Amino acid sequence: MTWVNAVVQGIMLGGLYALFACGLSLMFGVMKVINLAHGDLAVVAAYLALGVVTVTHVPTVWSFVLVVPIFAGVGYLVQRTLIQAALNRGVLTTLLVTFGLSVVIENALQQFLSANSRSLSIGSLVSDSFSIGQITIAYLDLVILVVAVVVLLGLQYFLSSSRNGRLIRAVADDREAAQLSGVNYRHVFGVAAAIAFATVALAGLAFGMYTQFDPTTGTDQLLLYAFEAVVIGGLGSLWGTLAGGILLGVAQQIGAQIHASDQLLAGQLLFLIILVLRPQGITSRRELA
Amino acid sequence: MTSSAADAPLLQVRGLSVHHGQLQALHDVSLEVPAGTTHAMIGANGAGKSTLLRTIAGLHHPSSGSILLDGQDITGMRPERRVAAGVALVPEGRRLFPSLTLEENLLVGMTSGRNGPWGLDQIYGLFGWMRERRGQRAAQLSGGEQQAVAIGRALAASPRVLLLDELSLGLAPVVVRRIYGLLPQLAAAGATILLVEQDVSQALAVASQVHCLLEGRITLSGAPGTMTAAQIERAYFGVAASAGNGAHQVTPSVGAALPEAGASPGAGR
Repeated sequence: MTWVNAVVQGIMLGGLYALFACGLSLMFGVMKVINLAHGDLAVVAAYLALGVVTVTHVPTVWSFVLVVPIFAGVGYLVQRTLIQAALNRGVLTTLLVTFGLSVVIENALQQFLSANSRSLSIGSLVSDSFSIGQITIAYLDLVILVVAVVVLLGLQYFLSSSRNGRLIRAVADDREAAQLSGVNYRHVFGVAAAIAFATVALAGLAFGMYTQFDPTTGTDQLLLYAFEAVVIGGLGSLWGTLAGGILLGVAQQIGAQIHASDQLLAGQLLFLIILVLRPQGITSRRELA
Repeated sequence: MTSSAADAPLLQVRGLSVHHGQLQALHDVSLEVPAGTTHAMIGANGAGKSTLLRTIAGLHHPSSGSILLDGQDITGMRPERRVAAGVALVPEGRRLFPSLTLEENLLVGMTSGRNGPWGLDQIYGLFGWMRERRGQRAAQLSGGEQQAVAIGRALAASPRVLLLDELSLGLAPVVVRRIYGLLPQLAAAGATILLVEQDVSQALAVASQVHCLLEGRITLSGAPGTMTAAQIERAYFGVAASAGNGAHQVTPSVGAALPEAGASPGAGR
């Protein structure tokens, strides 16, 4: 039964990882940009939520109402300025620029907000749970998983059915042909980045409620998990990202079941095995939706 | 020059030079395409035909010269703005969005929001088979079908000038004939067409005016009827010859027996 429990807890954790990974996957799929500041952005979102709660005294769970739109706007601006300027100089430049952004964010957070660990306090929700047989499920974990699935479903629907989603897929397929069809690809890139930043903000809030964070969490943990989920699932595929996140979560929980210190190792091992045996990821289609 | 003078040609190319890195692909090319006419560019591989169309569409930046649409200078415009102004290119190799459906490809073509005669219904009217298969992914269509969708996608922008790059590339002759059979219909609907074609007989059959490019220079221009096969051959391959007599021979051709062979001559003009 403990093994079944490990799998269930892994699936719960997988939702959080998928939420982290889908923005990374979207930015790579559409603009071929690997955003190395992705994890740091999630941490910034968590700190921003702390600030919002301190100033407005709203319950922590509602901080997303402000944080997510702010991140979407910032995402559009960063894409249209910093990342677009890097893209104009070649895809490799975007790696350098986003790496630089990551360093700047991490050091700015340490400078101004100290290196102390924080967490988003959500009262009793953090420990409330219910049981099915011998398996205990925390409400928070379930909520995060549901949010992740809803976000991915919404993103899928947006990409397949809306005008902007259609343009995002067109630009991802062939940027030059899209220009020849009258599409301003820079704007479409901005929209895609806005969505990616909004999802990473949600992921950062969820993580801040789930556990503690500090200025180095972004690069030490979050970016790595997001990368692993994306690679396991297959680059550019949303459902692959969910599957990748869940597989990573399950692997970690099973590792933790074997020995508490094996949690991360198990996830890393699965990542390596997939990378060697099936580098295109478990879903082989290279599409967005 | 005042804008949209009634007598000005719809599309004007003036002294266009384009470089790809060190290589100069176009040398001082000038061209006038009046409204409602069909012009064809012929020439060998690497003569600069596609470069000319892509520069008019805004994908290459000329090192000198200008492009005017209805008297308005569009040389500095981004490609998507040129589509909104009325220039649409059907690119070489079709370049559909493979993961989008047939209809989605056409809808993306309407992004610029230009008002004009071409809506989905009109495009489906032109290509009867498309309506039934509009939900199919573009990647699943045959080459000829993809070429038709590529033309439909360009028409969806209701262009004033339609640029067609190598429609026949990689298609069976019967399919090519069917696609070229559409051009008179497009012209009748008021389209102004500049097309690039390696198949000379096809180009001569549809165009009211033919221009031959050789190593980035226009070597011959004229109505198809006024040119002899020998003139076209000289202009196409650049074989040294005595001066032509009929059509307007623009530049005396040069010494190399093959287009790619030898350095290009500095003289000329």
